[in-house]
Amino acid sequence: MRQIHVDTIISAVETLFIEANIYLSQNVLNAIQNAIEKEESPQGKEILRELIRNAEIAGKEQLPVCQDTGLAVTFIEIGQDVHITGGNLSDAVSEGVRRGYQKGYLRKSCCHPFTRKNTADNTPPIIHTKIIPGDVLRITAMPKGGGSENYGEVRMLIPAEGKEGVKSFVLDMVKKGGPNPCPPIIVGIGIGGNLETSAILAKEALIVPLGVRNDDPELAELELEILDEINRTGIGPQGYGGTVTALDVHIKMLPCHIASLPVAVNMQCHVHRIREIVL
Amino acid sequence: MEIKRIKTPLDDAVIKKLRAGEKVLLTGFIYTARDTAHKRFIDALGKGETLPFDVTNQIIYYCGPSPAPPGKVIGSAGPTTSSRMDLYTPQLLLLGLKGMIGKGKRSTEVKEALKRYRAVYFGATGGAGALISQSIVSSEIVAYEDLGPEAVVKLGVKDMPLFVINDMYGNDLYETGMEHYRK
Ligand code: SF4
Repeated sequence: MRQIHVDTIISAVETLFIEANIYLSQNVLNAIQNAIEKEESPQGKEILRELIRNAEIAGKEQLPVCQDTGLAVTFIEIGQDVHITGGNLSDAVSEGVRRGYQKGYLRKSCCHPFTRKNTADNTPPIIHTKIIPGDVLRITAMPKGGGSENYGEVRMLIPAEGKEGVKSFVLDMVKKGGPNPCPPIIVGIGIGGNLETSAILAKEALIVPLGVRNDDPELAELELEILDEINRTGIGPQGYGGTVTALDVHIKMLPCHIASLPVAVNMQCHVHRIREIVL
Repeated sequence: MEIKRIKTPLDDAVIKKLRAGEKVLLTGFIYTARDTAHKRFIDALGKGETLPFDVTNQIIYYCGPSPAPPGKVIGSAGPTTSSRMDLYTPQLLLLGLKGMIGKGKRSTEVKEALKRYRAVYFGATGGAGALISQSIVSSEIVAYEDLGPEAVVKLGVKDMPLFVINDMYGNDLYETGMEHYRK
């Protein structure tokens, strides 16, 4: 059995959240750069150029790319041959988040749902765990802003609505969000499973790198069709009008109940922050 | 793309020249306020008290910045979603507020009030907080320090990059822009 001490996890999580918030990945930067070429609107092009400049400044000045440094979402894959020592996993992740948000001068954006009182250290984080074969621990950190998260939804479609039902649901959400989720957006779609699984699938779909298509040719095609329709809405960068409203669309799908068709949409903004480490 | 330079306080002569879709660089002073601060403004007015600053010809920025690292004026400082302030905005416009900076659509009531009181709604680029922070040269807490990142702060800005979204003539960039590029 491989042993991993919680201190290793704490410092890994701390670093992941600081770096995710300051540095956009090359994958995202390339997608924005390509969007400048594709965008037809002069305002849209100008916005996209601002985004590239923003990323450069964030790195140089060591500032978060966006002031909404998000709720701390983590996906953790735990090898079944790993034994965590010195404490428990969720406390370790919380401590890493607490330290990262403090040390990295990140904004604490977590509060009581009704009183709105801030928890003051951006905890508790959101932790999704999965047991996998082997003896490694993979941590994916995904600080997630509120502006884009607010335009997510789960709908239990009627099975007969099928693919067209999925498309019109996604388009509905994109139009409802308009400029608010800070387009260009990235759309994660979870299909199947049940109510909660579809939502988690939608979030997992956001982890897929931009430009990578689903292995299933049918879903790959559906991703591109939805992307094309979103980009025909005219919303454009920041909603100022344009031809690049979304950078990409990703779908994850699982079998579902014979009576159901659960579909979840999770919106992401262009400040698409993801960092991963394998311990 | 043509860029206009404007200064605060905003007067009618400047506002008359601004059109939806234009890029402007703003220099002067602006005041940050989010939902809770707005609620306190309106509560204060209800009690017959004055606001923590005189809004006449001023601009409010919907922004809750990230903490300033040592040696910096401010952290990342992009806009937040404006619609949460819609309920409170017409009353501030009535008092002489001349501009707001944020992101996202405004309500019909706000858009009507912009025409009636001759004021402008500007968009700052959501998710460009690091870039925007470079145009902020000073920062001074004016009120509600207990609100942390939601306190009312007077910001000195130099060439802050903005787009005119709603002008005083009723034009709306979100509508015309989308209409123009829809396929
Ligand atoms: S939606 Fe994204 S880019 Fe816009 S303010 Fe929120 S985190 Fe920042």
